[in-house]
Amino acid sequence: MNFRQNQPIYLQIAEYVCEQILLKKWKLGDKVMSIRDIAVVMEVNPNTVQRAYDFLQQRNIITNKRGVGYFTEEDAMERILTFRKEQFMDNELPVFFRNLYLLDIDVKELKNQYDQFVKDNFKNK
Amino acid sequence: MIEIANLSFGYNKKKLLYKNLTLSLEAGSIYGLLGKNGAGKSTLLKNLIGLLFPTNGDIWVNGFLPKKRLPSFLETIYFIPEEVYVPSLTIDRYINLFAPFYPNFSKENMIRHLEELDVKTADKLNTLSFGQQKKFIIAFGLACNTKVLLLDEPTNGLDIPSKKRFRKLIAAEMNDDRMIFISTHQIRDLDNLIDRVVIVDEGELLLNASVATIAEKLLFTTVDEMPAGDKILYAEESLLGIYVVTENKNTAESKVNLEHLFNAVTENPEIIKQIFN
Repeated sequence: MNFRQNQPIYLQIAEYVCEQILLKKWKLGDKVMSIRDIAVVMEVNPNTVQRAYDFLQQRNIITNKRGVGYFTEEDAMERILTFRKEQFMDNELPVFFRNLYLLDIDVKELKNQYDQFVKDNFKNK
Repeated sequence: MIEIANLSFGYNKKKLLYKNLTLSLEAGSIYGLLGKNGAGKSTLLKNLIGLLFPTNGDIWVNGFLPKKRLPSFLETIYFIPEEVYVPSLTIDRYINLFAPFYPNFSKENMIRHLEELDVKTADKLNTLSFGQQKKFIIAFGLACNTKVLLLDEPTNGLDIPSKKRFRKLIAAEMNDDRMIFISTHQIRDLDNLIDRVVIVDEGELLLNASVATIAEKLLFTTVDEMPAGDKILYAEESLLGIYVVTENKNTAESKVNLEHLFNAVTENPEIIKQIFN
């Protein structure tokens, strides 16, 4: 078996942007952080952030308003969920499954723990 | 922006450090120059700035031959050596004396960089610690806004918070019109800033590629068991499993690990050339 533990940085930046929207820290339709600001905060090459933003644009999650900056698309939520799900299924789930298997944990055992976790951490939902 | 054509260089004529090196570097990127001790990284930088002259071949930087050391060339490039030298002058005096050589120098930026790097003193620069002196020169070099900025081991001598501030400074000051060329062994200090990698070994250019291309061509993974069938370019045991570098045969991209890349390239130069050509 082969597990991708490390994603390319540009995808991790794209995920970060989506995460901010899912956590409602950034609102749909709002301006997102500029390429330079993200580069400075994350200490990465601005070209890498540009690649992340190009990727999010292709996915119709953000849009470039010339001279003003990047904005999230008003109706991006569904596409964000699709992208994050893809990433989760590709990267995180195989590692999780591997551990379940190695530790001999029954998937059904986890249902109650999962419900409790949601209750503890996301009470508003 | 920088064209190196058939460069040969040796400190003595019998033993050449570089033989027929050809390399082209463009604006808009932060280059990481990687090579073993004694591979000639600093020597290459000194050839680019005109501190050393090629034995054979030509170097063009911003349209000039560095060995002519024309003032019109020297104002387009700044070199920060690993060990900096500062004269017995105050900060203000230094700026007044040296900034006029650089037409795009910004005093405003200089003051901001000094604040960000936490360098402040009314005393003469040579009374500062080595790290403080180096940060002063980094602040000055960035404020000169030259098209080409050459850095030789910039993070050596910097303390822990300064390394972080240095990375933020480079990310903030980088733009499409300038080129930053960094020679370093401290890969982990600069990992995510470098977007093009140049590897030299035994006088030869082994790799000049963008991180995006490297991620396309090579796969960096962690596995439980050595994969059978694939040619392993580099492998290293760790607590998490075995780190391996192989040719990337599918379209999935992994995160490029510069340390593993360096080992893969220097251990398999011929295979790497085939993969990247």
